[in-house]
Amino acid sequence: MKAPPFDYQRAASLDDASTLLARHGEDARLIAGGQSLLPALNLRLAAPRLLIDIGRIEGLDRIEVSGDSVRIGALARHQAVLDNPAIARHVPLLTEALRHVAHPAIRARGTIGGNLAHADPASELPACMLALSATVEATSGRGTRSIDAETFFTGLFSTALAPDEILTAVTIPLPAPPGAFHEIARRRGDYAIVGLATAGTRYAFFSVGDRPVLARHAAAAGSDIAAAKAALARDLDPPDDLQATGAMRLHLAGVLLERTMGKA
Amino acid sequence: MKISLIVNGERTDAEVPPRLHLGDFLREHLGLTGTHLGCEHGVCGACTVRIDGSLARACLILAVQADGTRVETIEGLSDSGEIADLAQAFHERNALQCGYCTPGMLIAAQDLLLRDPAPDREAIRDHLSGNYCRCTGYHAIVDAVATTAAGRRGNRA
Repeated sequence: MKAPPFDYQRAASLDDASTLLARHGEDARLIAGGQSLLPALNLRLAAPRLLIDIGRIEGLDRIEVSGDSVRIGALARHQAVLDNPAIARHVPLLTEALRHVAHPAIRARGTIGGNLAHADPASELPACMLALSATVEATSGRGTRSIDAETFFTGLFSTALAPDEILTAVTIPLPAPPGAFHEIARRRGDYAIVGLATAGTRYAFFSVGDRPVLARHAAAAGSDIAAAKAALARDLDPPDDLQATGAMRLHLAGVLLERTMGKA
Repeated sequence: MKISLIVNGERTDAEVPPRLHLGDFLREHLGLTGTHLGCEHGVCGACTVRIDGSLARACLILAVQADGTRVETIEGLSDSGEIADLAQAFHERNALQCGYCTPGMLIAAQDLLLRDPAPDREAIRDHLSGNYCRCTGYHAIVDAVATTAAGRRGNRA
């Protein structure tokens, strides 16, 4: 299908984008890589009056490592983060997860900020940010604030961003605890039936509900794998859909947890 | 809106509506019908092109977003001779039947070969995982890409 009609403006700067967004509010959508928004437009699941293209704003794609954190600019593309040696060294969980995000052509254009702001509950990166205790940076004409990953994802395709706020970066504290990434998908690059991003004992499951879920009861079970798997039923209540029943998802979540804990 | 981009080495100026995606622009405005449209939501890979040297789905980028970029389509890659050996290997190995996926498949395979001159079969399947083929079962496609990789390594030695 073809997208419905809309107007298009390319923002020259972050200020410019903020001004446009403040003026047009909910009638406008930001576009960067467009790898989630274009499908939604083509399928007519979204029909904004205006697209504000932030994709060419200078300096928003930087990946910076300081002593105690890694800061990834919103416009960093998936492939750039995947290929970044500092990310591989300091946050290997992210490198491994990115290998599972869609396909090369999508990774070449899709941005980290766009992925997180889209808040797809089946996406790998929101779960990674939750596991890594990352904070999201939101900027508007009113200033900049930090939002913990735990409060950032508020539901299905929903975030704590206000209508006039732009996600400008995500910051991951260092050192990142040892982690692991596992997902079960029917085909490389497809949405996972269930996935798990682990950092230390922070087990962040995705594709199990309306947002990524931290399995606190499983973590509280310590190193006892059987007890942790049993506790998962208190953490997760996955839905049925065309890919799998909720019961199958819960079972597979246990399998992934066992793989993760068995390796640790 | 006015856009100006380089398509297969030629500067192209056009006036396009914002909602027009690059795939439709290439096909309908420029007559470059080698870029095929299948699903139009980024799943099938038939519309794969190169933008500024990187793989892209032509259905997932607006023509207005491609303003100022360098776009290469299957016509460009074929005319330049860049993928002559790969196309020949597809032909010899019968790596296509209806041909609908072939332009996207060739561009994705060439992207892999530029990054990795000696990919194993799993790496080939991984890199082509975003390109659907409903005829071949993929086996012959993987063969053709592996043959091309081996041939290019042989030529260099």
